[in-house]
Amino acid sequence: MSMNTQGRPTAAVETDGQSTAFESFSGHRGLRLAEPLIFEMDREDTTGVDVEEVGDFDLEIAGLGRDSKIGCPGLPEPDVVRHYTRLSRKNYGIDMGPFPLGSCTMKHNPRLNEKMARLPGFGDIHPLQPISTVQGALELMETLSHWILELTGTPAVALSPKAGAHGELCGVMAIRAALEARGDAREVILCPESAHGTNPATAAFCGYKVKSIPAKDNGRVDIEALKQSLDDTVAAVMVTNPNTCGLFEDEVREIADAVHAAGAFFYCDGANFNAIVGKARPGDLGVDAMHLNLHKTFSTPHGGGGPGSGPVVFSDALKDYVPLPYVVKTADGLTLKEHADDKDPSMGRLVAFHGQMGMYVRALSYMMSHGSDGLKQASEDAVLSANYILASLQDVMTASYEGPCMHEALFDDRFLKDTGVTTLDFAKAMIDEGYHPMTMYFPLVVHGAMLIEPTESESKNNLDQFIRSMRGLVEEAKSGNVARFSGAPYFAPMGRLDETQAARKPVLKYEAAE
Amino acid sequence: MRYLPLTGDDRSEMLKKIGVSSIDDLFKDVPAADLNPEIDLPRHMSEMAVERALSKMAARNTAAGSVPFFVGAGAYKHHVPATVDHIIQRGEFLTAYTPYQPEIAQGTLQAIFEFQTQVAALTGMDVANASMYDGSTACGEAVLMARRVTRKKKAILCGSLHAHYARVVETMTQYTEDVVVTQQAQPANPQAELDALIDAIDDETSCVVVQNPGVFGHVLDLTPVAEKAHAHKALLIVAVTEVMSLGMIKSPGEMGADIVVGEGQSIGNGLMFGGPYLGLFATNQKYVRQMPGRLCGETVDSNGDRGFVLTLSTREQHIRREKATSNICTNSGLCALAFTVHMSLLGEKGLRQVARVNHKRAQDVKLALSAISGVEVLNSAYFNEITVRLPGNAADIVEKLADKDILAGVPASRLYPGAGMDDLLIIAATETVLEDDIAALATGLKEVLS
Amino acid sequence: MIKYSEDHEWVSVDGDTATIGITDYAQNALGDIVFVELPEVGATFAKGDEVSVVESVKAASEVYAAVSGEVTEINEALEGEPALVNSAPTTDGWFFKVKLSDAGELDDLMGEDAYKSFIEGL
Repeated sequence: MSMNTQGRPTAAVETDGQSTAFESFSGHRGLRLAEPLIFEMDREDTTGVDVEEVGDFDLEIAGLGRDSKIGCPGLPEPDVVRHYTRLSRKNYGIDMGPFPLGSCTMKHNPRLNEKMARLPGFGDIHPLQPISTVQGALELMETLSHWILELTGTPAVALSPKAGAHGELCGVMAIRAALEARGDAREVILCPESAHGTNPATAAFCGYKVKSIPAKDNGRVDIEALKQSLDDTVAAVMVTNPNTCGLFEDEVREIADAVHAAGAFFYCDGANFNAIVGKARPGDLGVDAMHLNLHKTFSTPHGGGGPGSGPVVFSDALKDYVPLPYVVKTADGLTLKEHADDKDPSMGRLVAFHGQMGMYVRALSYMMSHGSDGLKQASEDAVLSANYILASLQDVMTASYEGPCMHEALFDDRFLKDTGVTTLDFAKAMIDEGYHPMTMYFPLVVHGAMLIEPTESESKNNLDQFIRSMRGLVEEAKSGNVARFSGAPYFAPMGRLDETQAARKPVLKYEAAE
Repeated sequence: MRYLPLTGDDRSEMLKKIGVSSIDDLFKDVPAADLNPEIDLPRHMSEMAVERALSKMAARNTAAGSVPFFVGAGAYKHHVPATVDHIIQRGEFLTAYTPYQPEIAQGTLQAIFEFQTQVAALTGMDVANASMYDGSTACGEAVLMARRVTRKKKAILCGSLHAHYARVVETMTQYTEDVVVTQQAQPANPQAELDALIDAIDDETSCVVVQNPGVFGHVLDLTPVAEKAHAHKALLIVAVTEVMSLGMIKSPGEMGADIVVGEGQSIGNGLMFGGPYLGLFATNQKYVRQMPGRLCGETVDSNGDRGFVLTLSTREQHIRREKATSNICTNSGLCALAFTVHMSLLGEKGLRQVARVNHKRAQDVKLALSAISGVEVLNSAYFNEITVRLPGNAADIVEKLADKDILAGVPASRLYPGAGMDDLLIIAATETVLEDDIAALATGLKEVLS
Repeated sequence: MIKYSEDHEWVSVDGDTATIGITDYAQNALGDIVFVELPEVGATFAKGDEVSVVESVKAASEVYAAVSGEVTEINEALEGEPALVNSAPTTDGWFFKVKLSDAGELDDLMGEDAYKSFIEGL
């Protein structure tokens, strides 16, 4: 028998508690790596790509050459891979753990979607190639449209809007176009107090004044107040359903009827459609226009803030006003209508090309994977999980409204009263527990809001662990351990950041020290 | 279903904890008549089955990389290093949210800060935002911003602004106070077009929008436009649809631009049939608070260490609601990351080199096509794109070449129908074009024309 | 003479000119001020018009004119140091000066004691 003679200790040695008390020579702290900006790596004259040599030749650019320094460093490939890999480790993502960010729907992003979007037949085709060479792409758009129409129960969809807010713009523009077509100049759009900020911003973009409608004590639109505000100056009512408090507007049909009786349109913010896919169809509920967030409901990645994709469905009353371009069936196959003719009431073009094709592929891949049965099950699981959290936490945290909720559970900060801990502190302490915080201070209609959306992607074990952590934190806050919260996060890559300094003296790009 | 972790037993236990007997008790607020509608769609599919179905659709398209490829006009095929796609598929970037919790989003935030710095440098401007939907919507936002800055309403769009950009600006401003005047395109006479634009600037003008290189490929000196605009207290907005050109052509900032918008797709991002892409938006320091979109800024954390946060948010919809500078909520985060990673690989040196290869290829195409009888090249100054006049209908010729598996370019009539441009073809040549491709284009064109 | 409005502005009158800023109560409620958007010198406005915007990190609040008049001077120091509004709201943190067009409007504003009891009642 040959023996390894290099025996070494394999158990930890006592460190006298001074393990974190020193500065490393490198500035790194183990896997917590300090990473400079690329501009600080002093690589101005290098590049990480190999480019073919084309030799000397005369430029035909009318003497408009770029002679001055641009100021962008280039790094060798290994350095680039390492730099961005190191940066990535300072981020939290769905892939790393539960992400209960209410209203944002951080569900699992299947990698099949990524693979499909990268097929050369989808990823490597140009928007202005001859139509005969992109029949499969148009077929994909047509198929996606079919799924969307079937799931929403509506007759038309515009795919091209680039994100939810862009979809809202598309929807409200269609409403204004329809009103103008019937010679009906209206000035006001009604939004509930709990609306997403994009709703009033979009209304203003389309030249409308915004009037707020109050909510009832049960968190739903006050339909009596709504009826009183409805007159012939109102162009539309924008309501999120399920609403931003995570509740289904149980009087949605009455809202639709009242809006239509006043000659106005019913815009539904579809940000929370994920709660009711396969369970209820907005078209059946009297909705005239609704955007979908493919990056929420249909799992296309959020990517640290985008890109999104915001198709809009329309009722019969609005479907003639859809933006260009759109897919048309002809005898020879599919084609794109890219230009308006004189009679075309289309609102015009919203984007340079055909919208977010990469997101269409991902969303369709997700829809086909689930099928009609799986999509319904996903909605049910999302709602079940949110209610499970509500039921498991409402004895220690203060739920803002009586359940059942839909896909997210809303709490407020009454349970923190007199503890010295704020909603913000509580959220930051969740980071130390290994979670991304829930949405906080939104919706604005409750004080110190905490909106928890578990999605259908969490196992029961994950949910139970999350509930245990939350209950532990509540107990800790109530026991007076304020420092655990006010100084949080302690275990994140960085301590709490000073947003005041950032806003007072904005530094928006790197500039070399003088 | 493979994406749903809850088991039947889990569901029963959870319903019990909630205190209801069936899942539909949780949907009791949905009107009963509308609950659980019949949905006529296929049932769930395995990963393999989905892949097979979608691959079949993909196979019906002609991928740019599989043929001689000269299609541009606002989207360009460039070589994107494999590193870029690897980085953006890391789950920490791919599956992160908007960085509202900066303590656990420094990766995204530092990358945005690098992106803003790169875009400012490339465009020759003071500051850039964290990106917008695409170049065309960025262009519309710039027009709206010019009204806020100048408090004037008339925007003049040059004729060689990409037709789709002009249409998007018109759509975005149809219900605002802005008045948009779009000038006539003159593909064969870019200087006359520019002179007409300069003549049109008056005291009512809020801004002029000029694309450089123009949609027909012409490269122009915009300094005289800036001078006239500034004399009338109007802003010069420069649109750049091919950012690779900034590695060779004098920057818009150096020519006097007040706002630069651009399509950033060329760096880091594939063609994707038109999206997702990323809009670039840069301006001068004094207009920062009138900018639309997200901004990242430097600050310190509780330990005094440098970090980054989203800042100047009071311009944005989630705080300012109907008084926001725009209703935009997202940026093109992951596309911007791809841009930044590719740009960090290129560096100034690589960018200039790639730009030279692009320009050389365009020269080669110009030479090869000029030799064909009946073909006239309209450009004297250009970057990687030229416009040619053909002895026939360009759209028909493009179709015939497509039948020969050559994607020859964009017929001008596809962008400007009914504008008398039926014989014009816009041809782009990037570093991905090989000598053989150019030979194939020239040979194919000769055959089609004969 | 210093007067106060219900929108938490103070108006310090010297002859026909008034200096205007926001009260200590207001700066405290707004939190750390990061930016103040001031009117242009020469601008005229009527009582109740929106003349200025005060921004903290997470909020923007409009300031409505407590009196009518023409702006004669603005506090340029606030551009580089908005924190003055927090540290010295009633002195160095003033916003702008106006030439009053209707001195009678001052009678509608509160005196110091009245304002004190006004904020106690909030």
